[in-house]
Amino acid sequence: MNKIYLIIEREFLTRVKKKSFILTTLLTPLLFAALMVVPVLVQTIKDTDHKTIAVIDRSGLAQQALENTNELAFKFYPDATLDSLKNTFATEGLYAVVSIGELRNNTPSAVEMYAFKQPNLDVQKNIETRLERVVEQRKLDSYNISGLDTIMNSIKTQLDVKTFLWGEKGEEKASNSTVYMVLSYILSFMIYMFIFMFGNMVMRSVIEEKNNRVIEVIVSSVKPFQLMLGKIVGVASVGLLQFLIWIVLTLGISFIIGGIAAPSAPLPEQQEIVQQATQELGQSKDIIAMIAGINFLPIITSFILYFLFGYLLYASLFAAIGSAVENEADTQQLILPVTIPLIIGIFTMVHTFQYPDSALSFWASMIPLTSPMVMMARIPFGVPFWEVFLSLALLFFTFLAIVWFAGKIYRTGILMYGKKPSLAEMWKWLTYKN
Amino acid sequence: MSLLIAEQVIKRYNNHLALDGVSISVPRGSIFGLLGPNGAGKTTLIRIVNRITAPDSGQVIFDGHPLRADDVHQIGYLPEERGLYKKMKVGEQAVYLARLKGLSHADATAQLKTWFTKFGINAWWDKKIEELSKGMAQKLQFIVTILHKPKLLIFDEPFSGFDPVNVNLLKQEILNLKANGSTIIFSTHNMASVEELCDEIALINKSRVIVSGGLEEVRRKHGDNIVEVIYRGNEQALRGALSPAYTLLEQKEKNGQFISTIKINDPQPSNRLLQELIPHVEITGFREVIPSMNDIFIKLVS
Repeated sequence: MNKIYLIIEREFLTRVKKKSFILTTLLTPLLFAALMVVPVLVQTIKDTDHKTIAVIDRSGLAQQALENTNELAFKFYPDATLDSLKNTFATEGLYAVVSIGELRNNTPSAVEMYAFKQPNLDVQKNIETRLERVVEQRKLDSYNISGLDTIMNSIKTQLDVKTFLWGEKGEEKASNSTVYMVLSYILSFMIYMFIFMFGNMVMRSVIEEKNNRVIEVIVSSVKPFQLMLGKIVGVASVGLLQFLIWIVLTLGISFIIGGIAAPSAPLPEQQEIVQQATQELGQSKDIIAMIAGINFLPIITSFILYFLFGYLLYASLFAAIGSAVENEADTQQLILPVTIPLIIGIFTMVHTFQYPDSALSFWASMIPLTSPMVMMARIPFGVPFWEVFLSLALLFFTFLAIVWFAGKIYRTGILMYGKKPSLAEMWKWLTYKN
Repeated sequence: MSLLIAEQVIKRYNNHLALDGVSISVPRGSIFGLLGPNGAGKTTLIRIVNRITAPDSGQVIFDGHPLRADDVHQIGYLPEERGLYKKMKVGEQAVYLARLKGLSHADATAQLKTWFTKFGINAWWDKKIEELSKGMAQKLQFIVTILHKPKLLIFDEPFSGFDPVNVNLLKQEILNLKANGSTIIFSTHNMASVEELCDEIALINKSRVIVSGGLEEVRRKHGDNIVEVIYRGNEQALRGALSPAYTLLEQKEKNGQFISTIKINDPQPSNRLLQELIPHVEITGFREVIPSMNDIFIKLVS
């Protein structure tokens, strides 16, 4: 046991002390935070250049609708033609020319916009909306109904269907399938990513030892099985540490950036966005209530269990493959039988987070090679305890069998040099007495 | 009394028999040469002694008891295919390997410092392995192999990659280890160093031991009863004096003396040959020609 501990310690420390580890561990959260914060910041940045737009108005309504704003100045040319404005476009510093025809009837093509460069969508929408409003107002006014504005406001309706789940004791709990779907996707994708990333790390490390010829020195002191397990556990602790640092840093950085960005928010142009946000706040309060209503303990517990056993299972397979080859280029063909179930798992997961209780989801969450991903995708929606238990038990016993099997291949493989073995030859190694 | 005994060891891989009833016995405090051509099964036998792999049948007795798992702490093994973790620092790596052999962190560090001083390589401690030359890395591996003061040392081609100065340094260290009571198994293709260092040998060919025993005994046994006579006088007289029981193989002249190589055909004391020759020529030298290990190796293996 003491030797396994020494191996774990070495595997852990040599990785953690590497510059590349420190860099990726510190930079990745910055990247995550940037991914979360930058789109929000970009959204608040608007084109604030001052633009002059020439208007040829034949409807007589535009003057009232198109008032100058901070960014847009409208110049009216009642007598000009498109051709004359085209000639003076540059000298007058125009951004675009809007030609307005008859607006009283429903004539969608009555307004045209001309420019030398594609006008920006905001400007176009702005003009559209304002003209629409004026025409609508005109039409409403023509009905001559008193107090119509109040009526119009009072009939505006927004309806959200809220869902509640009944617990076993008859209590109600707010639920939201979108929240569950997002959670389900994140959890199961994280399991996939970890298994793949750290499984590969184990494989590379096995190949490195064999390639360096350090392996024979080591196995004259420890059993190959101890070396394999120590390596797998060592890499797993690196993974968990990195994961924890990422979570803490990502949250920290998001808060800091959020804190800097928020106070500068209420610029006049942004007020509209703020208002919109306030409207949505009612809804997001519900979501927060919902998230608070989710029982995270079983989710986190099962995440750790599925990550652990899923990783152990796959990492032993990756180690067995690494032991059979002398460089990474040779792994491609051998690795296929290991990556295929992983990929099947991730594809099934895409189905599962929409249909968590389908037959496919059920069976894929029982079969040990796909269960870590698929069961994790089902768990946020609520899965009967016996199913989780059965799936974990199957995973655990398969893990034991696979580690035994991988250990046999590993201890023969690490001392074999020369020709790259076929899968059939690796199968024969199982019969060697060690 | 033997430190290590292998009895009727058989090891099979698929259809290939790597060891076919191999028995050896390594006396305590000796240097034991394990010889044989490539692919003969030496490495397999060494791996079995190190418990890296297990025999299909037969057994290994170490220090009076069947080989146990914790006996590896009493064995130091320098494999032929040897390497180190490239990215680790020299000191860290040496301490790690020593701890795997059961030394405590403090003991390992203290002993390493002693050895590093002895070999004049203290400056290496914080270098990375990849910064060392091949010879430097080999030196480090040698130190790590012997650091935990094992009862049994196994060196597989220990001199490969060393310059002649360091080969001598290493030979001296190996003899020192023997003088301090270590038992050493020495596997090599360099027969000159076998003659220089080994007390006993075993020659493995095609998965079996074909010759074993004390070095001198083996060499003598494989001598073909050939003697070398140095004399002054008439070479024709010598030729005429030889009875049919002897065959003259070679005759050459050097500094006014003749050197004749003579094979004694029937087993008989070499004194009788002397008696036959003395009346005819003036003998200044007489010695038995013992074949070199190189000759024996080539004769037995090819």
